[in-house]
Amino acid sequence: MTITQDDLRYDPDRKLKVVGTTPIKPDGVDKVTGRAKFGADVHLPGMLVGKVLRSPYAHAIIESIDTSAAEALAGVKAVVTRDDFPELPPGEFRNISCNFMAREKAFYDGHAVAAVAATSERIAKKALKLIVVDYQVLPHVIDVMDAIKPDAPILFEDMVTQGMDPARGGPTNIVQRKEFTMGDADAGFAEADIIVERVFDTKPMHQGYIEPQACVANYTEDGQTELWCCTQGHFIYRTRLAAVLKMDISKIRVTQSELGGGFGGKTMFYIEPVAIALSRKANRPVKITLTRNEVLRATGPVAGTHSRIKMGMTKDGKFTAAEAELYFQTGPFTGSAFVNAPQAMFTRYDLQNIRAVGYEVVSNRPKVNAFRAPCVPQVVFGVEGVIDELAKKIGMDPIDLRLRNAAVEGYETIYGATFGPVGFVETLEAAKAHPHYTAPLGANQGRGVATGFWFNRGGETTASLNITPDGTVTLLLGNPDVAGSRVSICMMVAEELGIGVDKVRPIIGDTSTLGFNRVTAGSRVTFSAGIAVVLSARKAIKILCQRAAMMWDVPEDGVVFEDGHVRPASSNVGDFEPLSIADIAKKATETGGPIAGHAEIVAEGAGPGFGCHIVDVEVDKETGAVKIVRYTVVQDAGKAIHPHQVEGQYQGAAAQGIGWALNEEYIYDQDGRMENAGFLDYRIPVASDLPMIDTVIIEVPNPLHPYGLRGVGEVPLVPTMAAIANAIDDAIGIRPRSLPMSPPKVLKLIEEAAEGRDRA
Amino acid sequence: MAKSHVTTTVNGDEYEFLCDTEQTLLDILRDELLLTGTKEGCATGDCGACSVMLDGCLVCACLVLGVEAAGKSIETVEGLAHGDELHPLQQKFLEHNGAQCGICTPGMLIAAKALLEVEPDPSETEIRYWLAGNLCRCTGYDKIIRAVMAAAEEMREVRS
Repeated sequence: MTITQDDLRYDPDRKLKVVGTTPIKPDGVDKVTGRAKFGADVHLPGMLVGKVLRSPYAHAIIESIDTSAAEALAGVKAVVTRDDFPELPPGEFRNISCNFMAREKAFYDGHAVAAVAATSERIAKKALKLIVVDYQVLPHVIDVMDAIKPDAPILFEDMVTQGMDPARGGPTNIVQRKEFTMGDADAGFAEADIIVERVFDTKPMHQGYIEPQACVANYTEDGQTELWCCTQGHFIYRTRLAAVLKMDISKIRVTQSELGGGFGGKTMFYIEPVAIALSRKANRPVKITLTRNEVLRATGPVAGTHSRIKMGMTKDGKFTAAEAELYFQTGPFTGSAFVNAPQAMFTRYDLQNIRAVGYEVVSNRPKVNAFRAPCVPQVVFGVEGVIDELAKKIGMDPIDLRLRNAAVEGYETIYGATFGPVGFVETLEAAKAHPHYTAPLGANQGRGVATGFWFNRGGETTASLNITPDGTVTLLLGNPDVAGSRVSICMMVAEELGIGVDKVRPIIGDTSTLGFNRVTAGSRVTFSAGIAVVLSARKAIKILCQRAAMMWDVPEDGVVFEDGHVRPASSNVGDFEPLSIADIAKKATETGGPIAGHAEIVAEGAGPGFGCHIVDVEVDKETGAVKIVRYTVVQDAGKAIHPHQVEGQYQGAAAQGIGWALNEEYIYDQDGRMENAGFLDYRIPVASDLPMIDTVIIEVPNPLHPYGLRGVGEVPLVPTMAAIANAIDDAIGIRPRSLPMSPPKVLKLIEEAAEGRDRA
Repeated sequence: MAKSHVTTTVNGDEYEFLCDTEQTLLDILRDELLLTGTKEGCATGDCGACSVMLDGCLVCACLVLGVEAAGKSIETVEGLAHGDELHPLQQKFLEHNGAQCGICTPGMLIAAKALLEVEPDPSETEIRYWLAGNLCRCTGYDKIIRAVMAAAEEMREVRS
């Protein structure tokens, strides 16, 4: 009988030896010695340097591009423009193509318009200056609410808003409208004793990975291409590259480097098709490495939002209805994943009446990319602020109010799924019991709490496990490890096979080694690859049992696998010394050949994740500067396979959220040019900005995973900005409703309060 | 323009290279000497990923010209371990999971080593301010700071 993922269910009685410990990760030594190869760390013989010419205008028609002088420069081996890429029909691939190389128009400051490959970086830079682009500059629009005004500059004359009934014709910058409802929001608000309705704004920010995108492409005369790059999903890169370059998928081999941070920002390519086109033209390998300025101007960012959020509650603290109207910036092209927001923003509360409408809006900014729980933290900033206000109105403890309304197993969500066992209540109770929650506060300090939810994902996943002749294991995986998945996956294999984790050696295979793997995103990989490798291991164990039975000449059902050994199932079978994996592997040739297990699945059963953050801030009332004094993340991981990796996700996401809350934003001048395209002016949190970040891992097992785990990477960003806003409100008595809560903005709130204005 | 001929010492080994005047020490290390352990995150001295020691001074290799390395002694992450023995900082980064994606790790290690050379017993606050020029986007710095504190403690014990 074949084993399938349906046979892999959580076993609460299982004794664990490896899962739950903290071994050193297999990629660790390479990372502390400088050996690990990241995107920019590859050099091929004859390799050229590629550089990209970018639009200095936020919105301009490209009348013509003259590359003749650049092509004539000694050392220049190829120049490409829009003419070097196939025309594609309207749709996703055309949008991707128009983003990595502008066609009729440049849509943002930094939009690629041409690229060169030369024998040195100096020559490549010189060549860029020789390219003459004739632009017709157009009026531009940056902000989401400006872009929907009737007189706003229009990016696409033929744009029609999808999802409007009746369909709203052009000209418009609204790409689409999506509405999600459950129950009857109007009836719910009619039952409410208290209604709070507020407006919130968030700014686009950048994922902020420290490794700029880099790739090396090598196109050969027989029409094959090899690509080395830093990506969260080399398989989806391959699929999209084939589409935008009109190549066969099998002729593109993508090898993923170690990934120097992505957080969603390396789920879509920018330079890779350009490098391939340059290599094709030059017949030599081409490397492109982005500068930080290019990273900030032309990759990412995260969607900014404008949102109106309304919630109703009875006077004893039961939520009766929720409503939201949400506007998302997507840059010039659709793809913000904004539909996550209306489906996730209220999900964790036992609400029966919800109406949430989202709009996706184009403007002259870089095309947005994913970031941890794409589009959800921005709007939870508002939801958790409104809930905090509701708690204050009835004088209820903010965690108690959330507990009063917490969704539990059996809750039917707005997106159609019904919750299985979930850990929201356990998470809230642990937060309330944490010493942080009752610790005394100092002068000018305030405390805030907020919660978050993420669906967690599964999807296409493959793995191949080979037992070597000495009984150790090599493991081929298909997902880039964005920080900690590899070790956790190896631990599950070690647990299954009853061997040490150091006996499992993983590699991430290139796109030609395994079947398709969905991108590393959505908190899916440790969950999904966990299922795939457990399935692979159990298939291998079945073969090990068959081989042992053959060696002993007993029936296959006369043996069992326990603690890394095959043993007779009972004394009736015979008196045999247990066989280790190595004992059986040694005889593999005689018993039927090499022993392996592999899996190609669509992983299902991802269990939703919930978190609650507690933060203390101190506000400098002279300057408006906010200091994070103490931070605690409480989150349900289902089961922490490797607790350090889980803690690292909680802590890192919280730090990113602190940056988003307090500092990070894109600043544009009046011509639509980004003014802070560097790490000095686009300031992400540094070590001296932060305290230690305490973590509490809650474990409410996911019954649909063999070790009970839930994804953990997205949730810990979701509540952060709201928790900090709530803490600032607690400290100064005024609630910030606009990100970032930077010193000038907080100071203005303090001054307005001092003047006695009523901001409610 | 003619290139300059430069002789320098990297991790105790003598190297010679030809250098354009505008090439930085970071360009030279990575693209000419193929010592890619030192990382580029910004090339403007803001992220610390390219931290190296230059004649005993902690510098961003992106802010030093290649020609300035002439006659100097450079230490990079590739020189931290001795034989198969990792530096205590490397070992503690492993044990505390101080390296998540690992791109900032070489710079962090070099900067932390420079700190422990001048202050063997730094407080948490001193470590945080010393490493404020080394950006990390993965960890929230918590496990990095703990790894440095643990390494400092171990190095003090070895010394005493």
